[in-house]
Amino acid sequence: MTQAIALDRVWKFYGDYAALRDCTLHIQQGSCCALLGRNGAGKTTLLRILAGLTNFQRGAVTLFGEKPRADNARRQSGFLGHGIGVYEDLSARENLHFFASITASGNTAALTNQWLERVGLARVATMPVRQFSRGMRQRLALARTFIHSPKILLLDEPFTSLDDRAIAMLSELLTEARQRGATIVLSTHQLREALAIASHVALVENGRLRYTGERTQEMLDDPALLYRLHTELGTPQ
Amino acid sequence: MNFFVQSFAVARKDLAIELRTKESLNAAGSFAIVILLLFSFAFDVDEIKDFSGGLLWLVFAFAGALVFNRGFARELPNECLDTLLASPLSAAALVIGKAIANFAMLLVVELVSLLVFGIFYSVDWLDLSGSLGIVFALATWGVAILGAVFGALTVNLRLRELMLPVIIYPLMVPLLIGAIELTTAVLQRQPISGHLEWIRVLTASDIVFTALAWGLADTILVN
Repeated sequence: MTQAIALDRVWKFYGDYAALRDCTLHIQQGSCCALLGRNGAGKTTLLRILAGLTNFQRGAVTLFGEKPRADNARRQSGFLGHGIGVYEDLSARENLHFFASITASGNTAALTNQWLERVGLARVATMPVRQFSRGMRQRLALARTFIHSPKILLLDEPFTSLDDRAIAMLSELLTEARQRGATIVLSTHQLREALAIASHVALVENGRLRYTGERTQEMLDDPALLYRLHTELGTPQ
Repeated sequence: MNFFVQSFAVARKDLAIELRTKESLNAAGSFAIVILLLFSFAFDVDEIKDFSGGLLWLVFAFAGALVFNRGFARELPNECLDTLLASPLSAAALVIGKAIANFAMLLVVELVSLLVFGIFYSVDWLDLSGSLGIVFALATWGVAILGAVFGALTVNLRLRELMLPVIIYPLMVPLLIGAIELTTAVLQRQPISGHLEWIRVLTASDIVFTALAWGLADTILVN
């Protein structure tokens, strides 16, 4: 199986503070890796490095063998960060049409309509995003991330603000993405939802990868097990 | 993905937001009108023709800073800039797209200013619109691309409203001198063919600044 993502001995410093310490992580194409860890552990920094948004001081990172800023790597990846990355003064349709025009090829208008339907925003497609609830914005951000069918999905807390129906929709989108061979890395605090989707797990604590490996049935039965076994602080609250 | 398709998508998006909010156009347009109005009280209509180019281009340069400051600042809410940088959109296409939007907005401000200038200073420029169009297009593109590049460079600075003009005005000097000379000459009804050296200066500046923007965009925005 092809290796989609490779981090080798990556160190990232913010001034004197080491946000990532000697992190090594290899993810095969078609895998879904749940990046777990407490606030400030280094999950977001790791995802931003994979997305080519943050430089690092030591180590090497590649997506399909290329640096994250390479045109080909960015063409094949979709990133959803903490900020939802949509424009408040545009409507949902205008936002999606814009992102379709810069990322996707083919009929962008049809693609826009298809994704508005898919995330349940067709009814409010012409409404400015500033009038949307947090959950509606998050659904729009998901549509924006998935619209060009990326081969690598980098999702930072994608379940945030989603209700149960939207969580089901996201789980379905992620399952479909995996079925078409996409590689997914998602950070989250929602252990149960993440572990249900994930094929692999990476646990980050204080900038170190404490555990990387396949997701097991034991983890599904007891989501806090990983924290108990592999972190110094034990079970998350 | 075609570079120009991406650039025009960015420009179209920025202009759509601007048409809805009118943040930059209202500020830059009203600033330009007020300055032209104040100068009309200070100078005699007859003597204004000698420095009309200087007056107009200083107004455009100051009004331009108001437009350029908003260009990349528009990408800060919701971390839209990060989203764009992580997307397949090239950084160069983003900067060129911003420059196209700057160019369009500045042309609107210039057109409004020219109308006001014509009324307050009794200057009939409508029959000169061909020559003025060439001068304004060349100079405005240079100013717009500089505004986009340095808007990108200063977007994350706390004092960007102050820093952007401080950095770009010295770099605008060749463009402004050329534009001032040519505009004054055209308004004095001299043939533009007698000032070809300034047309060359504007063209060369446009090419150099556009090439620099193209080549340095990724370094400026990501590093």
